[in-house]
Order: sequence, then C-alpha cells, then structure tokens
Amino acid sequence: MNLFSKIITILMILFAPLVAQANEHQESEGEGKVDVKELVFGHIGDSYSWHIIGDIAIPLPCIVYGQNGLDVFMSSKLGHGGHYTEYNGYTIAAEGQPNAGKIVEVSTGERPWDISITKNVLFLFISSGLMLWIFLSISKRYKEDYWRKPEGKQAFLEPLIVMIEKDVIEPCVGKNVEKFSPFLLTVFFFIMINNYLGLIPIFGSNLTGNIACTMVLAVFTFLVTNFKGGTKHYWLEMVNPEVPLWLKLPIPLMPLIEIIGMFTKPIALCIRLFANMLAGHVMQLVLIGLIFIFSINVGIGSGAYGVSILSCALVIFMTLLECLVCFIQAYVFTTLSALFIGLAQVEPHEEHK
Amino acid sequence: MELLTPDFGLVFWMVICFTAVLFILGKYGWPVIVGMINKRSDEIEESILKANEANARLAGTNAETERLLAEAKNERLELLKEASKQKDQIIADAKAEAAKKAQDLLDKAKEDIQLERDNAIKEIRTQVAELSVSIAEKVVREKLTGDKAGLDMINKLLDEVNIAKS
Repeated sequence: MNLFSKIITILMILFAPLVAQANEHQESEGEGKVDVKELVFGHIGDSYSWHIIGDIAIPLPCIVYGQNGLDVFMSSKLGHGGHYTEYNGYTIAAEGQPNAGKIVEVSTGERPWDISITKNVLFLFISSGLMLWIFLSISKRYKEDYWRKPEGKQAFLEPLIVMIEKDVIEPCVGKNVEKFSPFLLTVFFFIMINNYLGLIPIFGSNLTGNIACTMVLAVFTFLVTNFKGGTKHYWLEMVNPEVPLWLKLPIPLMPLIEIIGMFTKPIALCIRLFANMLAGHVMQLVLIGLIFIFSINVGIGSGAYGVSILSCALVIFMTLLECLVCFIQAYVFTTLSALFIGLAQVEPHEEHK
Repeated sequence: MELLTPDFGLVFWMVICFTAVLFILGKYGWPVIVGMINKRSDEIEESILKANEANARLAGTNAETERLLAEAKNERLELLKEASKQKDQIIADAKAEAAKKAQDLLDKAKEDIQLERDNAIKEIRTQVAELSVSIAEKVVREKLTGDKAGLDMINKLLDEVNIAKS
C-alpha cells in the first residue's frame, strides 16, 4: 500500500505541469473551452523552447541559415506564449499560416535552413550523452574487472544487453554477428532510453514519437541491411528471383515486389515506432484533458470529480502500459532490423554451388 | 500533416548524434562489453569444469591412498606371520639339533662305557686266569707227584678254565 501511494504521489507530481498548463489555458481564455488539441499537439510536437511549467519556459538556441546568412539567437528573441515578435528578419509563423509554429523569414514567409536546437534536439543531445556516459562507464568497468560480479548500472543493463545479444541478434542475424551487433544494440538502447525519457512529464520530449527520428533510424537500418549486410546473392535474388519465368517476363512482377519490399521494410519500422509512441502520448494527454473539458462543461461538481478520478486511474494505467510499450517497441524495432539483416545475408542454395 | 513531415533540423541533428553514438559505442562500448561478457561466461564454465575435474582427481587420490594403506597393513601382517613362523621353525630346529647332539653324546658315552667295561672285564679275566694258573701251579707242585688222580684233576681244571675263558 505504501508503495502504491508513493507511485500515485509521484505520478501526481509528474503530471502537475500538464495540469498547470491546462489551467493556464483555462484562465487565459476565461470561460472559454480548454484547447485540448493545442495542449496535445503542443506536447507531442516540437518547439523552440523547453516549456517546463506554467509560464516558465527555457529558451533554446535557434540556428538558421537564410537569405542573410547564418544567424544564431535565443528563441526568447522571437517572443513566447503564442505572441511572436520579429527578430533579424525571422519570426515564428502564427497558427493557421503555412509552416505554423516554425521559424520563417518575414519577407517571404519561406523556411530558412533551420538547424535550431529545439526541444527534441535538446533531448536528443541529452539522451545521446546519457547513452555514451552509461555505456562507456560500464565498458570501462568490464575492461578493468570483467570477472567481477556486475554492480549498479552494469548489473541493471547486463541482462538486457545479454538478452538482446543472445536472444535477438544472434538467432536473427545468423552470420557475422559481431559485425552487426554494435549497430543493433545502439538502436535498441537509443530507442529505449528515448522512449522512457519521453515518459517523464517535465522533460516532455517526444523524440521517438517524432517521424524525423524514426525515419533516420529506419534509414540507418536500410543502409546497414542493404549495403553492409546484403550479399551478392541477395542483390541477384532481388533482380532475378528464383521463381517461374512467367513471374519475371514479360512483366518483372517478382523483381518489382522484391524491390518495393526492400523499401517497405524500413518504412514499416519507421511508422510503427512513430505511431506507437505518438499514440501513447496522445492517449495520456487526452485522458488528462478530459478532466478539464468536463470541469468546464459540467462545472466543478461531483460529476467532474468522478471523471477526474476515472481519468487519473486511466492515466496511471496508460502510463504503466507505456512503460511496457517503451520496451516492446525498442525490442520490436531491434528484432525486425536484425531479421532484415539476417535475410539480406543470403547465400546461394547448396544445389547451385 | 505537420506530424508526418520530418523536420530538417531534427533529421540533421539526429543523423549527427546517432552516427556519433553509433561510432563511439561501436568502437569503445559494445565490442568491449559483449566481448567481456562472453569471456566471463566462458571462463566461469571453464573454471567449473576444472573444479569438477580437480574434485574427481582428489577423490581418486584419496581412494588410492586408502588402497595403499590397506595394502601396507596386509603386508605388515603377512611379514609378522612369516617372522613368527620362522622363529618357531628356528626354535624347533635348534631343539631338534640339541636333542640329537645330546643323544649322540649319550650314545658315545654308552659306547665308551661298554668298551671300558669290556676292557676291564678282559683285564680282570686275564688277571683271574693268571692268578688261577699260579694258584694252580702252586697246588699242582704240591700234589702232582705223579698219581693218576692228580693228572685227571689237572685236565678237569684246564677244561673248566677253557670253558670259562671262551
């Protein structure tokens, strides 16, 4: 019971920023509705500042390359809280305009080359740094005293590493395990760490629920699968599969399917991770938003309290489910990548030798 | 739709960060970690096998020691038995020899005694004979004056002497 109440307290503290944010909206719009859509999209999307709680937001550096050349400034120069100002010919496009919420050039309304350190990029840096710190420090310990029993981070991560290495990578990849296991282990822990970071509300990042992130990961898998893993036979099979002739001529049906398959595999990886993580975040936010929608529409009363309790229970359930999903998605991405690599390493059948 | 269009900035940083993490961990992280985990598990297996082997060998050594000990005990027992047998033998032999020697001595003594007695008897006989003769001489000298009766008596006496002598 003690543990349970602790968990609830922690969750309430963690969800406080969302509640505060919702309250803020309620206040600013007076008797109007809570804009749940904006709340949800504000969270799952990217932004130029790190919104922590209420009015408190940490400005992040913007790096743009436009008509006036390279420009670096803090996002606070562009205003905040939905009221954007102009700086150096740049502004953030308002709601309803093209490129809404992004930095645009005032004169043309076009996007400059924009490599700003946005909230997601910041968390990308944090998670990359975290990963390097964790794994380099445990690898140092392995190097020094590999025979010692694992301790701390090492004890926590060793079963995971062994599981991924022995149960996923080795059976799926088959040959040349040591050539691909660094990539697959990196992918697994990168996704997992970012998934879990995304669950921590004040951090509020949604990196793995962002298509840019999953797309890059999928492209890496694509490149590794085809160019590092693909054997000569794999490419031969792609263009000239061992099927009855009429499937290849006159219409190259099978080669076409094979080549499309080559691209659909990573695309599926990309969309799966993106959609799963996004859906989890959206669900949690919507369930929280429900409290405010009810309290405004029905008024503060027993009904609203009932909904609040129900919503909180559902959010707790969703969060616990997300804890599971975070791991499963990282696992699935790694397993499928390993399988694709294994499939790409085909060798000619015995009778053709 | 905004959600589905990857943002250039994020893609850019993602490529840089992921490549960096992949490169650094691929070089200094994973090979070391996985290699050492494998090395450790191999070594654990090897050590256990070796320990088992050593235990088995130790058990073998113990059995060997016990066997040797038993053998030595048996040998000692046998040696003792042999020794006591030999002792008995020696004693018996000695006794027999002693008895034999004693017997020999006794026999020789008897023989000697017999011899001495025979000699003594012979001596006595000769002396007795001589004495008799002299006595007879004396008797004869007195009575032997030619009568017949005297001669007969002499003959008779001689016969008796001869019979006694033989």
